[in-house]
Amino acid sequence: MKRSIVLYMHVHQPFRVRQYSIFDAGVNSNYFYADYHDRTSNERIMHKVAEKSYLATNSRLLDLLNKHPEFKFSLSISGTAIEQMQAWSPESLASFVELTKTGRVEIVGETYHHSLAFFYDRCEFETQVDKHKELIKSIFGQIPTAFRNTELAYNNDLAYWADKAGYKTILAEGWDPVLGWRSPNFVYKPSYVESDLKLLLKNYRLSDDIAFRFGDRKWEGWPLTADKFTHWLDESGDATNFNLFMDYETFGEHQWHESGIFDFLSHLPEQWLKNPNNDFKTVTEVAETHDAVDQVDMPDIVTWADTERDLSAWTGNSMQNDALNAIYSLKNSILSSSNDDLIEDWRKLQTSDHFYYMCTKWFNDGDIHAYFSPYENPYDAFIAFMNVWQDLNLRSQNNG
Amino acid sequence: MKVLMLGWELPPHNSGGLGVACFQLCKKLSKNGAEITFVLPYEHEHEHDFMNVVSAKVADVSSITGVYDSKLYKESYGLQGDVYDVHHAYAAAIASVIADQDFDVIHAHDWLTFRAALRARELLLKPLVLHVHSIESDRAAGGHGNPLVREIEQLGLLLADRVVAVSELTKQKIVDEYGVPPHKILVAHNGIDLDEMPQLDPDNSYKILEKYKSLDYKIVVNVGRLTIQKGLTNFLLAAKVVVKKRPKTIFLIVGSGDQYRELVSLGASLGISRNLVFTGFLRGKQWRDAFGVADLFVMPSVSEPFGLTPLEAVVYDTPSIISKQSGVAEILKNCLKTDFWDTAKMADQIINVLDHDSLRELLLKNAKDEVQHLNWDKTASMLMDAYKSHAEQGLLT
Repeated sequence: MKRSIVLYMHVHQPFRVRQYSIFDAGVNSNYFYADYHDRTSNERIMHKVAEKSYLATNSRLLDLLNKHPEFKFSLSISGTAIEQMQAWSPESLASFVELTKTGRVEIVGETYHHSLAFFYDRCEFETQVDKHKELIKSIFGQIPTAFRNTELAYNNDLAYWADKAGYKTILAEGWDPVLGWRSPNFVYKPSYVESDLKLLLKNYRLSDDIAFRFGDRKWEGWPLTADKFTHWLDESGDATNFNLFMDYETFGEHQWHESGIFDFLSHLPEQWLKNPNNDFKTVTEVAETHDAVDQVDMPDIVTWADTERDLSAWTGNSMQNDALNAIYSLKNSILSSSNDDLIEDWRKLQTSDHFYYMCTKWFNDGDIHAYFSPYENPYDAFIAFMNVWQDLNLRSQNNG
Repeated sequence: MKVLMLGWELPPHNSGGLGVACFQLCKKLSKNGAEITFVLPYEHEHEHDFMNVVSAKVADVSSITGVYDSKLYKESYGLQGDVYDVHHAYAAAIASVIADQDFDVIHAHDWLTFRAALRARELLLKPLVLHVHSIESDRAAGGHGNPLVREIEQLGLLLADRVVAVSELTKQKIVDEYGVPPHKILVAHNGIDLDEMPQLDPDNSYKILEKYKSLDYKIVVNVGRLTIQKGLTNFLLAAKVVVKKRPKTIFLIVGSGDQYRELVSLGASLGISRNLVFTGFLRGKQWRDAFGVADLFVMPSVSEPFGLTPLEAVVYDTPSIISKQSGVAEILKNCLKTDFWDTAKMADQIINVLDHDSLRELLLKNAKDEVQHLNWDKTASMLMDAYKSHAEQGLLT
């Protein structure tokens, strides 16, 4: 049996809320379109990320797909990211479509709006998953058979839902307290699931070597070459699959071009495939290839974020909880309005990033939070969000 | 009567009420015959026909930010050393300002100017009037505050020829905390200068709040620095009670300060963020419109030596609930009063004013009549009398 690298990359951009003051509320309902040079300009950020990451990475990925018939990987792309590419970087979206035309890139399902709706409103969650499914079908011609929830937030309930919804594979974090002595380098199945739904667990050590540590000169593994990395995999003992799950923006945005990340990517397939027992598989392929070695029980929510691997980066403080409760409290009045603009604005405000910007965990994880936030501090992020909420609330009461 | 007046700020470079009070007081004093040379520690063109504003050239105007906060003041100033050095800088600069000039009396406002004032008294050998708008324990909300500031306050108040307090409350604190003899302290309440207050613009800036009002919401406003002295923690606790009883209430909080983050978090912990609006620091139209859009103004201060904002609120058609721990409570009768810690009573009063237009309208109508008389006339004439008697007497020590 071959050992596979299961590379899965997640593409996402939120519609960041602009510096929306109380004097905007009730006057204009432009929440997401800031001046181009403002920190919160989604258009400017999309242009930057497209140049540094999407176009640069996709051209290399396409070369690799052309060069190595065994090279395969999986992608998930949020609906909000696709909308932004359609508006501001259609060439980026075209380059993703180009990749999938090889037939060796699997698109993974998720919520359209990259929301935490599963934990707040199951019905709304299903609507967003369906909306994403339709979008992926229309653009890529694929119907996802694998599912990942926002921020890889997973528990037994999610697996139960995914099973009923007909998915074959579901993704989660391979977190030690859950796995115990078990290795993430095998295929598992969730608890309380009777069908053949498989659970793939992220090997966070190997994934984070690339996603977080790659450019860190103080890291003992620096500099990381494809040769060195595949050597580590070869030495990992018994394994069927190495689940390397990461943000797509790792390539060129989180790890800049200057770090050598693109050279690493370009050489990884060649190095890995030197050994005839090695290959690449997409997430559904690997799930179909192997039987589950064990069942994994995850009653509590596990995510791929921060040292706690829980939802505390999104729901850890009172502002985040109050804002989340506020946004979901509008569900009935918004949906009953049948006003598409209003509903869409409401959904864009469910994107998890808004609550991430309000995070006040400064210490170990503070650096990465500050890096991703377009606001000066979590309090300002909260105020802008709640000012928008006031406007949205009145629109929902006035139906528009 | 030639008066050397030492201040720290004047509008439009004021961070709070001190600058406004100084400005309006000087205007009235000059009408009563005072020739005022007003010294500021920063450079800016102030063109006032009623007084001569000069700069002691201590610092650039942009650095005058922390007038009420001795720690922030020192940091934002970027000066080396401790707060004493800053005082020496102002005090040293004073000498050049007053060179070759003659004055009958020196009048200085709050601790920041006290050292310079003492230096001026020493140079001119003229009587010194120290005007207390707040003392350190007010700003520390009953705590001890910065001991360096306390030392300057005590030194200045004991050496001054006359002390002016903006309320009986402040006079009592000066006596209790600094041992200043009561007979040396003159109580002169602040006033309100209606001529200096632009009319409300019928086109209010808070469109969203106007829309809420059309849906039967009521708006409660607080205007002031977000700092412990202002009692906003209790205000939010009362707001929680109000929202539970009366969900269609929005609390508009205008101002900035060191408690901003704490208060935003507290509102969220109480689960009332949907009923709270934080605007940040405002001036001019947006500041006036906050009163204009509101149904009720609440000043929940833990310690407010005077507190001009309830009078401003009345001018802009909003009645008030004020804490008993305020100087303005001594002179404004047509308002509701509560102890700052009594959040249940505060909530009760808020709900009643919002629910009963009869109460709201009566409070407002009577308060509007009242503020016509709460001007600076009485304070200015008391001060002119004090100037005269001290000028004749000369130095007391």
